Amino acid sequence: MSTMTVTRVPAAGVANGAATAADGSTPAGQQAAANGPAADGAPAGSTTLTLAKAINLGLRAALAADPRVLLMGEDIGTLGGVFRVTDGLQKEFGADRVVDTPLAESGIIGTAIGLAMRGYRPVCEIQFDGFVFPAFDQITTQLAKMHYRTRGKLSLPVVVRIPYGGGIGAVEHHSESPEVLFAHTAGLRVVTPATPADAFTMIQEAIASPDPVIFFEPKGRYWEKGEVDLGRPYGTPSGGLDRARVVRRGTDATVVAYGPTVHTALKAADAAAAEGRSLEVVDLRAISPLDTDAVADSVRRTGRCVVVHEAPTAFGTGAEIAARITEACFYHLQAPVLRVGGYATPYPVARLEHEYLPTVDRVLDAVDRAIAF
Amino acid sequence: MTDPDIGPELVQLLTPEGRRVQDPRLGAYDARVAALAPDTLRAMYGDMVLARRFDTEATALQRQGELALFAPALGQEGAQIGSAHALAPQDMVFPSYREHGVLAVRGVDLLEVLTLFRGVDYGAWDPRETGVHLYTLVIGSQTLHATGYAMGLARDGLVGTGDPTRDAAVVAYFGDGATSQGDTNEALVFAAVNDAPVVFFCQNNGWAISEPTTKQARVPLADRGRGVGIPTVRVDGNDVLASYAVTAEALERARSGGGPTFVEAVTYRMGAHTTSDDPSRYRTREEEEIWRRRDPIDRLHAYLTSIGELPEDFLADVEAEADALGARLRQGVRAMTAPPAESIFDHVYASAHPGVAAERREFVAARAADDAAGSPVAAAREASTR
Repeated sequence: MSTMTVTRVPAAGVANGAATAADGSTPAGQQAAANGPAADGAPAGSTTLTLAKAINLGLRAALAADPRVLLMGEDIGTLGGVFRVTDGLQKEFGADRVVDTPLAESGIIGTAIGLAMRGYRPVCEIQFDGFVFPAFDQITTQLAKMHYRTRGKLSLPVVVRIPYGGGIGAVEHHSESPEVLFAHTAGLRVVTPATPADAFTMIQEAIASPDPVIFFEPKGRYWEKGEVDLGRPYGTPSGGLDRARVVRRGTDATVVAYGPTVHTALKAADAAAAEGRSLEVVDLRAISPLDTDAVADSVRRTGRCVVVHEAPTAFGTGAEIAARITEACFYHLQAPVLRVGGYATPYPVARLEHEYLPTVDRVLDAVDRAIAF
Repeated sequence: MTDPDIGPELVQLLTPEGRRVQDPRLGAYDARVAALAPDTLRAMYGDMVLARRFDTEATALQRQGELALFAPALGQEGAQIGSAHALAPQDMVFPSYREHGVLAVRGVDLLEVLTLFRGVDYGAWDPRETGVHLYTLVIGSQTLHATGYAMGLARDGLVGTGDPTRDAAVVAYFGDGATSQGDTNEALVFAAVNDAPVVFFCQNNGWAISEPTTKQARVPLADRGRGVGIPTVRVDGNDVLASYAVTAEALERARSGGGPTFVEAVTYRMGAHTTSDDPSRYRTREEEEIWRRRDPIDRLHAYLTSIGELPEDFLADVEAEADALGARLRQGVRAMTAPPAESIFDHVYASAHPGVAAERREFVAARAADDAAGSPVAAAREASTR
């Protein structure tokens, strides 16, 4: 495993996130070309992977680099997880490192807290978004506050992985987007990758973070592919835990998205381009902390802002962005900040979810309204 | 001891009158107590007296307005001091919020406990240095932390090595009400399937605020452990020697790799749930009187006197130490001031968080502006929010 941990100072270092935000894209292939060989049969340089496999390899890199890293969850061992995100990891690292737990979410998080107090770095899988609530008390009351109430004497580097979002035709409680419930809780970092490249680096940064991180995985995008730089040493900061990124440059309006809706926003930008409109797309990557500066920078240039997420718009991330953008660049706004997202209803039955989820059409309608305002 | 309101099969080594129980079935426990030197027995007595003085002083400080609230442990000194004396330095304790006696034995400064009730901190002691986690106010949550910590001890090779200075275990303290919580039951499951070196020490003090134990269970609380395959034992919690012996036995089993134990220590909360509570609304004087006659301190006093091991000069020393503790608490609490306002923003995260940093800047700037202005309006606002 040693070559995985060989120090290779990245050209951009901590500033990497800011740099990519400024130039608008990550030249993954170019960066990969500069990398040395990767470890243990992992392919060198840039590789095309699904988002699920990218997380799998990120977890594998963390397990290999740090003996204190543990994976805990239901069905993650022998089965490899219901989405196979942990596929093969128990076989490679053993049942002591990749642990099948009792079916008790509060128990998973509560014992992870105790293990973290012993110096471990537990990475807990919650099987589906709607199943996190039995653990909500341990996450918000205990995990989030321990560093604060011990005045920094104890930190809890626990990662809670949650497959979230809809669009997969699932039954109840399998398609929800509860990210703001966690973002509203001080002490938690809440992040979500949209691409395999970010998934690979962000999961490793989340594990290396001294803070508890709620890591939302866009399950509807698990099987989408992208280029991933596998040569990146474990824990190399990419900025993904606290920096948004401009993923497409544009001039007429800013579309802010994260997780599963980044893809939707990019498709909307393609469609808008065909109509002669230029949309800028910002991938937030982190909900907490929210990179207000990156969004405000964009909105100052475009004058319009549409926020897109699957979670209900009421009291959501979009509402928070609207408040912050109104405050940060009121005189640059040509129109109110608009939101496209889920409704103030429970997640609907699968046969109607396409009516509930943000679509390219709904994003373009909002853009039209912003431009016509 | 059998008693209709206590139930059967309590391990008891001292009767309420202070006589040593001779019962061949108690062999292992009896041997542990027989091995204790008179100095240790006197130390237990002194610790119980000091714990009770702490309760008295803290309750008085609350009545004087110096503390916002206090949760007394009055009557539970036997269960707390006895179990705490069974701990090794390397063991870890996860308390609820009433384990003042346990903390004192562990060497936590009881003034630090009062930072919580004064409203100036969350307890302030260092969990790593003291081997005691901070108080947990959400009922039962700490049982899972204790179990995870115990699982970590086993992973770290600190269980079953045979080295008594190395092998470690965990005690999770909780009450009768907590046995109804999901977390407590999940902790029992995780501990059982992982053979975690943890002792679940349930102080059944009869009352979860106003709800009697009969609202929590139809069977002895110890049966919760039995249901998941954890060995259980019921002990007279007002018998400090039995509480010690039972905990020592359970801890040794845990440290040697024998897995968890559920201890139900049957005791009684002689005082209110907290200083905001009024027990006269839900229980009778007669019931309290019955338990007053089972007092843990009187019991050990009677026993030590009967064997000639409680000399007057020792009692005088304990009294002087209690007086000194009282004086130190009164002075220390009154000297506790609120931390700096800006500390609201300290330690929210272990690494930099731009959101918290931005709010801190705004907060500091707003206060600085107020201070600089020195305006009557600012002064009036400040006064109105005090």
